Amino acid sequence: MTSTFTDSSSAAASHSGFERSSLRFNPSLARNRWSFLFTSVAATFAAICVLPLVLVLVYVLIKGGSLISLRLLSELPPAPGLDGGGIGNAIIGTFVVSSIAALIAIPVGVGGGIYLAEYSAGGWFSQFVRFGTDVLSGVPSIICGVFIYGLIVSTRFFFDQSYSAMAGGIALSVLMLPTVIKTTDEALKLVPNELRWGAFGVGASKFVTIVRITLPSAFSPIATGAVLAIARAAGETAPLIFTALFSPFWPEGLFNPIASMSVLIYNFAIMPYEAQISLAWAASFVLVVMILAANLFARWLSRLTST
Amino acid sequence: MTRSSLHDASVQELSSAICMSLENVGISYGSAEAVRGVYMQIPRGKVTAFIGPSGCGKSTVLRALNRMNDLIEGCTLKGRVLFDGQDLYARGVDPVEVRRRIGMVFQKPNPFPKSIYENIAFGARINGFNGDMDELVERSLRKAAIWDETKDKLKESGYALSGGQQQRLCIARAIAIEPEVILMDEPCSALDPISTLKIEEMMHELKKSYTIVIVTHNMQQAVRVSDMTGFFNVSSRADGEGKVGCLEEYAPTEQIFNAPQQQATQDYVSGRFG
Repeated sequence: MTSTFTDSSSAAASHSGFERSSLRFNPSLARNRWSFLFTSVAATFAAICVLPLVLVLVYVLIKGGSLISLRLLSELPPAPGLDGGGIGNAIIGTFVVSSIAALIAIPVGVGGGIYLAEYSAGGWFSQFVRFGTDVLSGVPSIICGVFIYGLIVSTRFFFDQSYSAMAGGIALSVLMLPTVIKTTDEALKLVPNELRWGAFGVGASKFVTIVRITLPSAFSPIATGAVLAIARAAGETAPLIFTALFSPFWPEGLFNPIASMSVLIYNFAIMPYEAQISLAWAASFVLVVMILAANLFARWLSRLTST
Repeated sequence: MTRSSLHDASVQELSSAICMSLENVGISYGSAEAVRGVYMQIPRGKVTAFIGPSGCGKSTVLRALNRMNDLIEGCTLKGRVLFDGQDLYARGVDPVEVRRRIGMVFQKPNPFPKSIYENIAFGARINGFNGDMDELVERSLRKAAIWDETKDKLKESGYALSGGQQQRLCIARAIAIEPEVILMDEPCSALDPISTLKIEEMMHELKKSYTIVIVTHNMQQAVRVSDMTGFFNVSSRADGEGKVGCLEEYAPTEQIFNAPQQQATQDYVSGRFG
């Protein structure tokens, strides 16, 4: 069958301007060689894209994974020169600071996103807010730290305390804010208008429509955005150095300096003590695993509505 | 036979039982005029159909009847829309209250992402219903002729239903808040003939207790379900730029389809254009 077909097509070639060849795939043709070459180049670059992630995970696992133990998660870091100890205070500190940041950034960000998507009429104010969040998301994180340092830490804003967990949380919330606003805005825009009309059609007010219909429909993308923003903020060092500072002790309330894993890594990795350096690796491992877990959780959340 | 008797009845009742009336209504989107000069009286307890070619403003006029156009940016209305003698666009009228009295069913079925039960209960609950919710849900679903199909799966998502069932669910949802008027914007355009037939049968039942206004592209549907028909047409604007819709002819359905007064109506209903 194939042979008769190729025969007839090669016969047709004799009286048209085109050269007809067999229908079989011929790998030595120039177009097939180029195609193979570019596919390989693209695949190589794609592999290089994920290579850093794999290497970081493997490297951190090798260097820090061996130290993982209950002791690591539950004890204070040792004094310089001593062995053992753990990073328990830094883990708690990271949770405390990230929670403060989330408690500030999620209500404000979701509220701002609701305003942009549902209430604003696309006037100059909402355009200004959208542009502002774009700019804010590009502000270097260390600038957020310096800003909160100037605003809260150096002025001793909270109960005459300078460095505090609260200041650190506020600095991180400034970083999280643009992500939360933008994902809320985008998620609400994806809710079909018919759904809003349906609610208005049965006599729902704007508030009831947003709270009962629109927001629940957009819940999973908003939650995904919020989780990703928290994961991003939890790993930040620069905004915490001038705000939450560090503490070798257990957290002493929200208005005192607090340890965090990122600052612990920053401080301990450059210390001339073996115990501290290995703790820094262990903390790196715990932090990477936590952020990875948050990302996986976000993926799971985003799949909630699609099913 | 029945239609002609309805015709006589509607002519008699036209003066006594006007539910809504439009007086020189003109609607614009921004600076573009969509429809102008609409005078119309919609009788109570009847089905009124709007027909006409695309872009003639029939959906726009329908949405003006329960202030749904308020949700569209830049949409303005001139003239008066009276409901039981009250101007819906008067200062101080709450559009939310208007929509509670004048419900709406949309072109595309749009159930809420909730259970079938909650889809019905939502509207009732936000309207302060404090009777027997189970009974209300059953009654609404029965009226919308979908109770038998859903009674065993009230807890399932509204999305689990077929398109035709979803549309009947949306009608049940509109009925549940006991409006006086139900507006339907091409409710069957996304449905198969069997679902369409079910909805049309249901409308004959519903008009015993509600006034229904329906926009349809399907002239046979207008003939089957409606008592009054308004034919909208597009005409070029006086300045020669763009087009504007207007109400060409409004009369009992019988007359529109058998003895229209306007040539354009005759051409449209006989299928010569549109």
